[in-house]
Amino acid sequence: MADRDMDAAIAVTRFGLGARPGEMADIKHDPRGWLSGQIRPQGGDQPQTNPETSQQRIAEFREYRMDRKAEKAGNPINGDPEARDPVKMARRMLRDETGGDFTARARLAATTPAGFRERWTLFWANHFTVSATKLVTATIVGPFEQEAIRPHVFGPFISLLGAVETHPAMLLYLDQAQSIGPNSVAAQFLKRRSERGVGQPSLPVGAKQLGLNENLARETLELHTVGIGGGYSQTDVTEFARAMTGLSVGGLRDHSEVTGASIFRLQAHEPGARNIMGVRYPSGGKDQAGAVLADLAAKPQTAEFICGKIVRHFVADDPPPALVASLTQVWTASNGNLAKVAQALINAPEAWDPRPAKFKTPYEFLISSWRAAGREPDNITQTAAALTALGQKPFSPPSPKGWSDEADAWAAPDAIVKRMAWAQKFAERAAADRDPTRLAVEALGPRLGPAAATMIARSESRAEGLAVLLMSPEFQRR
Amino acid sequence: MIPPTRRAALAAAAGFGLSISLLARQSFAAGQGDMAARKLIFINCRGAMDGLSVSPPIGDPDYADLRRNLTLTDTALKLDAHFGLHPALISVQALALAGQARIAPAIATPDRARSHFEAQDVLESGAPVVYGASSGWLNRALASLQTQRKAEAISIGATAPLVLRGPAAVSSWSPGGLVNPQARLPSLLQDLYRDDPLLGPAFARGLATESMAQAAMAESASPAMTPSTDPKGYLKQGQDAAHKLGVTVAGFMREPNGPQIAALSLDGFDTHANQAGLIAARLGYLDAVLAGLQTGLGPNWRETVVLVATEFGRTARVNGTGGTDHGTASTALVLGGGLKPGGIIGDWPTLKTSSLFENRDVAPTLDMRSLFKGVLAEHLGLDRKALDTAVFPDSATARPLSGLV
Repeated sequence: MADRDMDAAIAVTRFGLGARPGEMADIKHDPRGWLSGQIRPQGGDQPQTNPETSQQRIAEFREYRMDRKAEKAGNPINGDPEARDPVKMARRMLRDETGGDFTARARLAATTPAGFRERWTLFWANHFTVSATKLVTATIVGPFEQEAIRPHVFGPFISLLGAVETHPAMLLYLDQAQSIGPNSVAAQFLKRRSERGVGQPSLPVGAKQLGLNENLARETLELHTVGIGGGYSQTDVTEFARAMTGLSVGGLRDHSEVTGASIFRLQAHEPGARNIMGVRYPSGGKDQAGAVLADLAAKPQTAEFICGKIVRHFVADDPPPALVASLTQVWTASNGNLAKVAQALINAPEAWDPRPAKFKTPYEFLISSWRAAGREPDNITQTAAALTALGQKPFSPPSPKGWSDEADAWAAPDAIVKRMAWAQKFAERAAADRDPTRLAVEALGPRLGPAAATMIARSESRAEGLAVLLMSPEFQRR
Repeated sequence: MIPPTRRAALAAAAGFGLSISLLARQSFAAGQGDMAARKLIFINCRGAMDGLSVSPPIGDPDYADLRRNLTLTDTALKLDAHFGLHPALISVQALALAGQARIAPAIATPDRARSHFEAQDVLESGAPVVYGASSGWLNRALASLQTQRKAEAISIGATAPLVLRGPAAVSSWSPGGLVNPQARLPSLLQDLYRDDPLLGPAFARGLATESMAQAAMAESASPAMTPSTDPKGYLKQGQDAAHKLGVTVAGFMREPNGPQIAALSLDGFDTHANQAGLIAARLGYLDAVLAGLQTGLGPNWRETVVLVATEFGRTARVNGTGGTDHGTASTALVLGGGLKPGGIIGDWPTLKTSSLFENRDVAPTLDMRSLFKGVLAEHLGLDRKALDTAVFPDSATARPLSGLV
C-alpha cells in the first residue's frame, strides 16, 4: 500500500508535471496504468491558442519586412495605415501571438490530466529546438511545435524527424532556406544574369548570395540523430548539406499559395549523387535528402544517443547505462516506435527509484507550482519576466542544443534566490484560502519529508507556508 | 628571530589547537599582498566568433579575395600594418594603442570537431578532449589559488557556465534579485537546506551575493560611473545596457570581500548568414562591456586582466549566404592595465590557400591553453605543476606563454 502511494507520487511528479490537488488519490489504484493510458497514436495534446499556422505567420512577417523597406525608402504603405503600421504590427505579432502561444502551452501543462504525455511532448520539442532568438522565427515556435512535434511524439521516429527537418520553422532557424547548390540551375542562371543584367528565377527570399549553408546538415547529425560521436566527418556534413539544397520556404515572389510554406526548389538543388557516411545516394531531387534522413533515423547510434537523452530527462543526470541499453534495444527492435519506447520507460524499475534525482528546470518549477496550488498562468508579462530571470526565457533556448537537462545548469546560487523571490510573490497571490499543510500532502504525498512538513505547519501565514512548500528540497526535485 | 607578538600568537594558536600550517598559509597570503588584489575576468563569446572580423589581417594579400564583401580593409581600426580591429571595437583599439590590449589572431582549443557544443565543452573544461572533465578550468584554478590565499569567483548570468562549475564553491549573479536577507523566508529555507548538498551551499552564496550586489549597484549609480558621461558618445541603446553590465561586474570586484575572478558569456556569434550586420552588433556589445569594466574598475584596472575567447573560428571564405560556417582558429583578446607591451600573441599562419587548415579555416598556431596558463601563472601566480595537471589536465605540452603581464 505504502509502495503504491510512493508510486503514485513518482508517477505524477517525475513522469508527469506535478500533482494537482486530488490527482494523486485518483491514480493511486494503478499508477503505471495511468501513465500507459496517456500514450496515444494521435500524439501530444494541442494547446488552445490562436489557430494561425506557421505559414500564415511567416507570410505576415515577410509582408511586414516589405512594408518596413518601403517605409524606409520613403514610399507610403498601401491600405489602412493604422493596420499596416510596421512598428505596431511587429509589436502585435511578438506580444500577442507569441505571448498567447506560450501562455496557452503553459496553461495546458498546468491543467492537463495527462502530465506524462505533455512532459514527453516537451522532451521532443526541446530535442528538436527551434528558438525565438532569431527575428524570423520569433513568432513561429508555437506553431512549429503544434505542426511538427505534437502530432508525431508517439509515432515512428522517422515521421517526427521528417516533419521537423522539412518544417519551415526549422528551415529558417538553421539557415537551410537560403542554401543553394553551387552547381544548381539557379546558381548558374544567376551567374549568367549578373553578366547580362536580366531575368529573375524563383529564389529564396533574402538570398543575396548563392551557395551552400551547412548549418542544418550539421545540427541534424550532431543534435537530432546520431549525435556528436556518431561517426560522421566534415565531408559527410558538406555532402549532406548539398543533398538538402532545394529545401526552402516560399517567399512573396513565389506563388501566393506557398508563401511561408515549406517548398522544394529543384532549380536550387545541387545536382548529382552524394556520399554520406559510407552510403551512396543517387541523384534524386527532393527524395535524396529524404533517403538520408531515413537512414539516419535507422542508425543504432541514433537510438543510443536519443535513449540516453530520454533517460537523462526522466531518471537521472547520469543515465544508468543498463536502462539506456534496454530502451535502445526496444527502439531498435521496433524501428524507433516512440510509443513502445515510452512504454518501456514506464516498465523500467530504475525509473521508480523513490530518491528524486532530477532538479526541476525553471519551467517545470513554475508549472508544478501552478498545479500544486490548483492555479493556472494568466499573465504572460509576469510569467515571461519570471522565466527570463530564472534563465529560461519563453521559447528562447540559447542554441539549437535546447535547454540543459542537468542540475548544475539550473542550481546556481543566484537562480535559487530568484526562485525564492518568485515563490514568495506567487504564494502571496495564490495562497488565499488554502491550507498549505493540505496542499503539501496533495503535492508530494509520501515524498514530503518531516522537516518540511513541520516547517510548513508552523509557518506564520498561509502565503509563507505555500512558499516554503514550493521551495522545499522535495518540491524542487522530481 | 620571531617578533614577540608573533611568538605569542603562535603559542596561543598551539594552545587552541590551531595548526601551524594554517598560520603559515596566512603569513604567506600577507606576503602576497600584491597578487591577492589581482583580478581576472573571462568573457566567453559563444557561437564561434569570427576572428577575421575581430582582428582583420588587413596586410595579408589573400584576405580581401577570401572575404569579398565581408572585407574590412577600408573601415578597420588600425593596429599596425598587418592587423586592424573591427570598426565596432573602439574601446579595444584605444586600449591597444595604449599597450593595454593585445590580440592572439590564430588561437584554438585542442578540439577540431567544429561542433559548438563539443568545442565549448573543451574551451570551458580545459581538458584536451571532449567530456574530459566535468568541472571548469577557472574553477580548478580558483581551487588551486585557495590553497594559497582567500579567493572568490562569480559567474554573471542566470545559469552557471561550465568554466566555473566544479569543486570550489562560486557565486553567481544576474540583475533583478532584490531580496531582503533579513526577511523570515530566507532564514527558514537556510534551515531547511542545511543537509542538502545542492541547495544549501548555493542558497547561502546566492543570498550573500545579492546583498553585495545591492551595495555594488548603489556605488555604481554614482555620477562618475554612469555611461552618460562618456566623452566619446559612442554608446547606443543596447550598448548602454552592456556598459552598465560591465560597470556592475566591476563594482562587485571592487567590494571589500568581492570576487577576484569573474566569468561572463556573450552569445549570438554564430553568423552563418548576413554576417556583417550581426557581428557588428555583437562586437559593439562586447566593446561596451569592456569599456564598462575599465570604467568601473577605475584604479583597479591596473591589476586586472580580461580574457576574451570563443570556442572556434569560422571559415576563411564567405559562404553562399553572406556568412561563414564553422571553422578552426579565431582571435582571442587579452586586455588589462598591467599588460606588458608586445605585438600579436602567437604567429600568423597567413591566409595562403596552402596555409589554410583543411583548405578551409585559419590554421591554429597557438593552443588556447597556453594563453590561459600564461595568464594564470604570471598574473595570479599559479605554479606550473598545478597548471599542467589539475587546472589543465594532461597539458604539459601546451607550455604557458610568458611575457604577458
